[in-house]
Amino acid sequence: MKNGARIGLALLLMPMLLWLSLLIVIPHIDMFLVSLRERVGVGEYQISFANYLTFFQEPLYLWTFLRTAVMSILATIITLLIAFPVSYFIAKIARGRTRSALFLLCLVPFWVSELVRTFGWMILLRETGILSNLLQWAGLVSGPVEMLYNDAAIMVGLVYTSMLFMVVPLVTTLESLPDEVIEAGYDLGGTNTSVMREIVIPHAAPGIVSGSIVVFMLSLGNYLTPTMLGGKDSLWFTELIYSQFIVRFNWELGAAFGFMLLLLSSLIVWGMLRLTGQTLERTMG
Amino acid sequence: MKTQLLMATTALAVTFGAGAQADTLRLLTWGGYAPEDVVAKFEEQTGHTVEVTKSNNEEMIAKLRATGGGGFDLAQPSQDRIAGPQAEFGIYKPMDLSKINADLFIPSMLDATKANTTVDGEVYGVPHVWGTSGLVVNTAEAGSVKDYTDLCSEDVAGKVSYRLKRPTLIGFAFAMGEDPFAAYGDPAKYEEIMGKVEEALIACKPNVKTYWGGGDELMGLVRSGEVVASMAWDTGGWKLNEDNPDVTFVAPASGALGWVDTFALPAKGKADDVAYEWINFVMQPEIAAMITAAAGNFTASQGADEFASDALKARYQASFPPEAIDNIKWYPPVPAGLEVIEGGVLDRVKAAN
Repeated sequence: MKNGARIGLALLLMPMLLWLSLLIVIPHIDMFLVSLRERVGVGEYQISFANYLTFFQEPLYLWTFLRTAVMSILATIITLLIAFPVSYFIAKIARGRTRSALFLLCLVPFWVSELVRTFGWMILLRETGILSNLLQWAGLVSGPVEMLYNDAAIMVGLVYTSMLFMVVPLVTTLESLPDEVIEAGYDLGGTNTSVMREIVIPHAAPGIVSGSIVVFMLSLGNYLTPTMLGGKDSLWFTELIYSQFIVRFNWELGAAFGFMLLLLSSLIVWGMLRLTGQTLERTMG
Repeated sequence: MKTQLLMATTALAVTFGAGAQADTLRLLTWGGYAPEDVVAKFEEQTGHTVEVTKSNNEEMIAKLRATGGGGFDLAQPSQDRIAGPQAEFGIYKPMDLSKINADLFIPSMLDATKANTTVDGEVYGVPHVWGTSGLVVNTAEAGSVKDYTDLCSEDVAGKVSYRLKRPTLIGFAFAMGEDPFAAYGDPAKYEEIMGKVEEALIACKPNVKTYWGGGDELMGLVRSGEVVASMAWDTGGWKLNEDNPDVTFVAPASGALGWVDTFALPAKGKADDVAYEWINFVMQPEIAAMITAAAGNFTASQGADEFASDALKARYQASFPPEAIDNIKWYPPVPAGLEVIEGGVLDRVKAAN
């Protein structure tokens, strides 16, 4: 019996173990080995940390990473600020069919691919696009306005793309908060702000943290949105990795960049968890 | 005649047995180089199947490098991008020129490509499609743009675009009076030239609306009128000319940049014979003309011009007066390692404010 349970457990774990080892661990080991190679001549390589040194010595790469990280954090905060009221409304105020309908509305944009969604934004924002024409028609501006190809456009795209990943965990955690607890808060003389601050937000904290981690990681690793909506100055870190691998044939440097991205983003998430006094265990449990 | 040929092929097929059975040709190529009608015709005549994967130069090399030259039976990189990657990564195998019908090719183009794709005495590529890159200009609004550097002039500020890739660096270098091709073998000199180009491109940045990434993006920008002058391929200009007669391809004063896309055999290709069959098939003048109609570019096939449409010929002649053809700068083979210098320049230009 005990033996059988052990085999059962092994079988249940097998898909995940295979997934982890074949698709994540082994490729990463290989990538790490590639990142340690330095090209010394045609087809000749030696082991060194030169690629990592390049990352730290060329200010461009470090700046690009910082820019990407700051913009991703900003995108996460904006997403949270927009998603929280929405989720609160869905979980606590809306009832019955309205609630399902609202939830579905958040889901609908994700039925088309990310590429199509981004193209949609390009049609809206471009100089000859809908918004620009609408403003001119309303007489608010005299000539065509260009709203595409800048950092604000990237931000809009990132927030739009990641909204669902914030709404879902928030709705789930907020739903688990009994209405009686909120009522008790008011009965005990709490105001709107104090109930929100003392009861709702602490209860939703795991949802906020897990949503934020997902959104931050998705934004940091996003390639499509920044390249399509971004302008001539908007270099995104994933774009750098892509161009090292594909355009420059410099897999060694690309692999080193990939590892720096993994390392630094994990560091940022860890730092944020520490800063907000949350732990990963509480978030997952 | 045709039945005879067919019978001869059948007889050959019978004699060679296994060698000529129906195979699959996995073709790694550019959009338009293997149009559906050509593929259907080839499949009907030979019984083989063709799987087409569309790509570009960099992706082709990256894909083949990832597999050590496997996964495809025939690739079509540009002739200047064969020798370097071959020396560095060994992703191709030498061509057996006896299996290729040399009479189908324009002799000068075949010889030039063979010379440029030779590594250690072995030939790795034969030419297929050629064309140029230069400027696409809306002549009504930006008639003053005659060369790459004119993209940075006041009168077109905010309405120009180009690609942040190596052709732009090379084009600007020529327009600034340098000769980057002569400096290919001298990294120090090349870096110096690229340094000057970097300064020019950073200074030019306020003029640029956006850097385009793909052909469709460029088409959208020019069609909507948001961009009036851009660096582009000749076919792009001619396609836009169909919709708007004001827009056309202009060969820059310092010379259009000429490229030749080739056929090359990936090192681990499994259907070499079918690959040779395909090469000899698509280089026939009538078939080559079908590819010209689809891709918009001319081929290295001898006599295919006769079959090209008059509209395309007229556009070609308007963009290329005889002296402009003589002035085309053909890309010499890129030595391995040059991309690193260019990469640094491109990254810095993109990040500059």
